[in-house]
Amino acid sequence: MVENRPFAQFMAYLTLAIGVVVVAFPVYLAIMASTFDTATIINGNMPLTPGNQAAENYTRALFYGGKLAREPVSMMMVNSMIMALGIAFGKILISIISAYAVVYFKFPFRKTAFWVIFITLMLPVEVRIYPTYKIVADLGLLDTYTGLIMPLIASATGTLLFRQFFMTVPDELLEASKIDGAGAFRFFKDTLLPLSMTTIAALFVIQFIYGWNQYLWPLLITTKSSMQTIVIGIKKMITTTDALTEWQIAMTTAVLAMVPPVLVVIFMQRLFVKGLVETEK
Amino acid sequence: MEKRAHFSGWTLPLLLILPQMAITVIFFYLPASQAIWQSFLREDAFGLASEFVGLENYAALFEQPEYYRAMITTVIFSTLVAFFSLAVALLLATQADKNIRGGHAFKTLLIWPYAVAPAIAGVLWMFMFHPTLGTLGRPLNVMGFNWNPMLDGTDAMILLVLSATWKHVSYNFLFFLAGLQAIPKSVIEAGAIDGAGPVRRFWTIVFPLLSPTTFFLLVVTIVYVFFETFGIIDAVTGGGPAGQTTTLVYKVYADGRSGGDLGLSAAQSVILMVIVIALTAIQFRYVERKVQY
Repeated sequence: MVENRPFAQFMAYLTLAIGVVVVAFPVYLAIMASTFDTATIINGNMPLTPGNQAAENYTRALFYGGKLAREPVSMMMVNSMIMALGIAFGKILISIISAYAVVYFKFPFRKTAFWVIFITLMLPVEVRIYPTYKIVADLGLLDTYTGLIMPLIASATGTLLFRQFFMTVPDELLEASKIDGAGAFRFFKDTLLPLSMTTIAALFVIQFIYGWNQYLWPLLITTKSSMQTIVIGIKKMITTTDALTEWQIAMTTAVLAMVPPVLVVIFMQRLFVKGLVETEK
Repeated sequence: MEKRAHFSGWTLPLLLILPQMAITVIFFYLPASQAIWQSFLREDAFGLASEFVGLENYAALFEQPEYYRAMITTVIFSTLVAFFSLAVALLLATQADKNIRGGHAFKTLLIWPYAVAPAIAGVLWMFMFHPTLGTLGRPLNVMGFNWNPMLDGTDAMILLVLSATWKHVSYNFLFFLAGLQAIPKSVIEAGAIDGAGPVRRFWTIVFPLLSPTTFFLLVVTIVYVFFETFGIIDAVTGGGPAGQTTTLVYKVYADGRSGGDLGLSAAQSVILMVIVIALTAIQFRYVERKVQY
């Protein structure tokens, strides 16, 4: 602060407080809705203090499911978790080894290989959904975890991030390892991997959130309700005919769907910010 | 940039790069080239035979009034979300950048919506602004605003803009805050010594120095509105009422699902690819150079 202006300080607090309230209010309402029964919500005067149906709603959602999406939410959460972890670990694995190859080896078509990967940065899955769908169908991967995960790990962000990081690792480390007689595998395992841990963790946080929140892709390739992810499940709970919508179960599910990624952001904030800023999306 | 020391050998690096290459080719290049190829074909009604028709699919697309409407919808939607999410994020970031107690706590409390799935963000806002049972939607109707996003296209768009902005402010806020913190304090102090007040300092020193960040965020936000808001649209309006919130991306999905013409759908995909590539190219070309002082 250049000069001391109590009024500016006050305005800063006020603006930020309003921001926090606006950001939190929709989620607060969802949490409240998850503690009432259908009737209380439907008549339009839902109180802003918690009701007494929380235990009932969460038990029903988690273990029995709603009237419309009949699968229990716990099962959808397992599916989402498998998908999110699969995408995060899969991407880290394939991109760290390909970045290692591109940075630490000289081989023919190295530049070409790098560009082939780099260009994928530009096209999100949304623009090539139907052709990708067809390929996944032809491979017999509809309604499988492989089909859910594989197409989404085809992207350059991870490789670029690791390449960037490897470039900052001093050359002397490799030279020293070579003098000590370490081969490519030893150098990777004993020197590079330990140094990369923060980068790996940052990428993991971003990819976990990305994977957990996927919508269009699982919507297309899962037909069996036992393969549904939680984000898709919520959509099915809210139908066009309002009378059938069990809002309390839908909102309970929404709260459950937000818990894992939001906890990741709050408790791994430093890694999250690092990952976000360095992958620049 | 190159490393001074390398490992020798070809087989190992090729093996290491193989998984990434295989996945990229199968799930990226193959579908993308199929989309391009298909956009030049027309299938018969039973999907048995197809013939090469050149640019006819594109011509047919540009004769559809719905396609223009989707374009206009996309432009309106992106402009509104970009403007509000950047403006709100910048306002919050400048306040959080002031030397205040608890700045870090505010940061945590403002960034978590990044982790909420777009579809869920949409559901939350729809519940809040539901015309008959929403905590904020019902009072609007009681006051006589005749609010109904299920029936009125403008109301539906307002709801989409609100939820898409709500979700994206956190991202822009983080980057603006980082950008603000990177501006040397000495420059601002020099401005203060010369007698410029906080407002003048903001518009003549801070804002210009922040322009690379702003430009970067503008491109990222537009890409976000184009693609990631699919979940919001599908959960909140399903492209309705009467197609009034159907964006370009949503139209590709909806046309394909209703079993429409494959060639037409492929042509739409190709146009989208061109738009994204152009946006990304602009970003890489200009972000570092033009918008700097």
